[in-house]
Amino acid sequence: MTTTSTTYFGKPIKRNEDPRLLTGQALFTDDVDLPGMLHVAFVRSDYAHAWVRGVDVSEARRMPGVVAVFTAYDLGDYWRPGPLLVPPPPIQRLVFNIRTQVPLVKDKARHVGEPIAVVVAESRYLAEDAAERVYVDYEPLPAVVKLEDALAPGAPLIHDDLGTNLNAHVIQEKGNYASAVERADVVIKRRYVYDRGTAVAMENRGVVAHWDAKAEQMTIWDTTQAPIPIRNGLAAMLGLSEHQVRVIAPFIGGGFGPKIMMFYPEEVLIPWLARKLNRPVKWIEDRRENFFATTQERSQIHEAEIALTRDGRILGVKDVFLHDAGAYAPYGLTVPINSQCTLLGQYDIANYYTEFKSVFTNKPIVTPYRGAGRQHGVFVMERLLDAASKELGIDRVEIRRRNLIRPDMFPYPNVIVFQDFAPLTYDSGNYEPALDRVVELIGYKQFVEEEQPRLRAQGKHVGIGIVTYVEGTGIGPYEGARVTVETSGRVSVATGIGTQGQGHFTSFAQIVAEQLGVPVERIRLVTGDTAEFYWGAGTFASRGAVVAGSAVYSAAVQVRKKALQKASEVLEVPEEEIELVDGWARVKGAPHKAISLGELARRANPLRGAVRSGTEPGLEATDYFGPERGATASGVHGIIVEVDIETMQVQIKRYVVVHDCGKVINPMILEGQIQGGVAQGIGNAFYEQLHWDENGQLLNASLMDFLIPTADVVPRVEMDHVETPSPLNPMGVKGAGEAGCIPVGPLFAQAVEDALAEYGIEINEIPLSPNRLFELVQEAKARRAAGLPAGR
Amino acid sequence: MSTHTISLKVNGIPYQRTVEARMLLSDFLRHELRLTGTHVGCEHGACGACTVLLDGQAVRSCLMFAVQAHGHEITTIEGLAPDWQSGSDPEEMHPIQIAFREKHGLQCGFCTPGFIMTLVPFLAENPFPTEAEVREVLSGNLCRCTGYQGIVEAALLAARMMRAAAVTRSADT
Repeated sequence: MTTTSTTYFGKPIKRNEDPRLLTGQALFTDDVDLPGMLHVAFVRSDYAHAWVRGVDVSEARRMPGVVAVFTAYDLGDYWRPGPLLVPPPPIQRLVFNIRTQVPLVKDKARHVGEPIAVVVAESRYLAEDAAERVYVDYEPLPAVVKLEDALAPGAPLIHDDLGTNLNAHVIQEKGNYASAVERADVVIKRRYVYDRGTAVAMENRGVVAHWDAKAEQMTIWDTTQAPIPIRNGLAAMLGLSEHQVRVIAPFIGGGFGPKIMMFYPEEVLIPWLARKLNRPVKWIEDRRENFFATTQERSQIHEAEIALTRDGRILGVKDVFLHDAGAYAPYGLTVPINSQCTLLGQYDIANYYTEFKSVFTNKPIVTPYRGAGRQHGVFVMERLLDAASKELGIDRVEIRRRNLIRPDMFPYPNVIVFQDFAPLTYDSGNYEPALDRVVELIGYKQFVEEEQPRLRAQGKHVGIGIVTYVEGTGIGPYEGARVTVETSGRVSVATGIGTQGQGHFTSFAQIVAEQLGVPVERIRLVTGDTAEFYWGAGTFASRGAVVAGSAVYSAAVQVRKKALQKASEVLEVPEEEIELVDGWARVKGAPHKAISLGELARRANPLRGAVRSGTEPGLEATDYFGPERGATASGVHGIIVEVDIETMQVQIKRYVVVHDCGKVINPMILEGQIQGGVAQGIGNAFYEQLHWDENGQLLNASLMDFLIPTADVVPRVEMDHVETPSPLNPMGVKGAGEAGCIPVGPLFAQAVEDALAEYGIEINEIPLSPNRLFELVQEAKARRAAGLPAGR
Repeated sequence: MSTHTISLKVNGIPYQRTVEARMLLSDFLRHELRLTGTHVGCEHGACGACTVLLDGQAVRSCLMFAVQAHGHEITTIEGLAPDWQSGSDPEEMHPIQIAFREKHGLQCGFCTPGFIMTLVPFLAENPFPTEAEVREVLSGNLCRCTGYQGIVEAALLAARMMRAAAVTRSADT
């Protein structure tokens, strides 16, 4: 990347995609309307755990407008468990028991909402009418709901043939934790609980499939983050060539991770139905289904300890945890591996022992949701440091500062294996300036020394929090892109990833604009259509800008070379004397000597005459980018809260983020990602918790009962940036999509604990709620009344 | 299932259709009239994505039946800048739409039509809103991408733009 001033790269350019979205003209999956289209409703399990002894569909089949009703037994050879999406990483002594989801329940339902039968009718209303007339004969079984019960002797078996509810057992080590304990002045132990939430993308999932029997072409519109792997998988399942299947991920109403889970049962069934019935078929998930049938995340229980010297240097950390996989584990170990690998954070820690058991439970499947396990690691580490800060009497900022990895220590090896199967190594970072900046912006010293005592004297309960984190981003394997200058002078860019609001239509256009000197609004991006770009993996792990962006960059650089070469021939001056500006190739210092890029494109694709052998036609290039490993982004969050002691409502007075994601392509889009991530983090910390009864029934499966933060509770996030370019890609960028939400839990806990310091509570769980805070305060009061020490 | 013939105006255009009594207004707009800019996020009135105007007032189209709109006038997101089409100048959109783009008030764009339709009558009745008032009126709409800051700023900017336009209009007359 040039270090000189830029015209488009790094600028807060308004988004190309906005006008279509703002005027109601953007195509979302549910907007697809095809002649003769049929509609689908699913019959889903009422029980979390039950034998299905029979399914009576005879009455449903006779209902008006019903075209077909299918159960697992009607699928023949098409019925098979889904593929294991991500195999376990190469870690010694690793145990992994594969159990993946099925298209329709054959014999046993393993979570509430698991699909049992599918009804196809002329309208969705009629399909839902008929779904109510499908009678399922259940034999209910006791359910495994709490993850700490899953491995207890005599626990109900979820996968009977397995003989255990153990999904995986993984131990990883860096250094030798036992030796750290021997040298430690103090060892602190805690139990931490992080509970389940759900992503709640505003658009529910959906699939539309159209089988054109005469052309032998299957077209699928899917709310997926990974259209290319969906195409490859469905082609194989359907016995079609990949070239016969086109998957389009049109505008997607938010992804956040669950939309990269594959293959959802509905995703497998809708194309099969379209082919079987030879009519287009649409299924759109409703919000209630979304609470059961879309994947979820977050439940883990950690038993953690930290060994320190008297002056607060961390000698070692040990963490043993349980991870809730849900009823099946198609996504491998990405989430708990991320928890392991994010825990050490920004700190230089020589000795680390980390062990987890992933267990099956009778709850919906767990796959990555924004943050993808990183939250848990950050929560454990930051809460351990807060406990150490109190025990050792060292200021919370100071104890963090003493342990930061120094800038001269990069690349910094953390040794254990990351989700990309490579030993975790931080590529680059510069942590202390971000911590200093947050301390300064939020006025830490002044708040702690003056403002807080003053407000406390007035009876107010105010607290401050400051936490740090890292985020492994931009992992492989690879993405690709094609950049084409058209004869009109417009530029088209195609890449294989899907997009769900991240602004790729604009940020990728900025990368191309910088190379070709073409205004951003004249660059048309296509993402998420397998007919436009054949190769790729998908949008996940904060990798769009890093991996696909770098491929776009490489392709654009090549097109630039071609344009300069061609212009040099035409204008008869050396390439070095030509600049690309506003769609023109012109001679520097003599702008009247110029040729438009469109004309160059036309000349590069002549209709008559000879071209030099070996010449590729057009002004076009395709390139791919695969990073050797992920780029490590980092940041520091600060918060000031006030707790209303009567209602236990928490009001956020200030929220500060200083973030380092390397080079920034579009600061407006970046700040939007962070602000939105923080809002989800606030939800995770204080509002969003799925509540299950002892039978595995979800008790708050609606947006009236599962509260997500609204405009009146999310504050303006004050932001600043530190820029430590990644050496792992040509633009020096790092991912930013998940950063906003990762550290909010421990931040919130630290600040609320501080605000309620007079009660001596310690917060070792997330999500919180006003009710839970009330309970914690009551427990603390009771402890005090009984003469017991404050704390846990 | 009983059906009824209804007459209504949508975005100024009169329609007559025969619908089932149970058909939701949201489904009627999206699937009968093909006005798919109105989005459906929850179908229980909680998220606000499907907000449209009924005789100028913001309502949730998933909480109404189409037959209840008989004799009424509906405005959807498509009706705000009816002449705008793909490729048109973004500056020719409605001021609220322009302000959303200016302030990055949308990411995935799914909830956006509902936010905009909530703001149309609010800003008409409150040309000088405070930030707190904007946050209050928007607290009935859910957005999962933006964290609301861009939306709030867009609403305040739109208010300024519409006030300036009103001043220009009154100066012209």
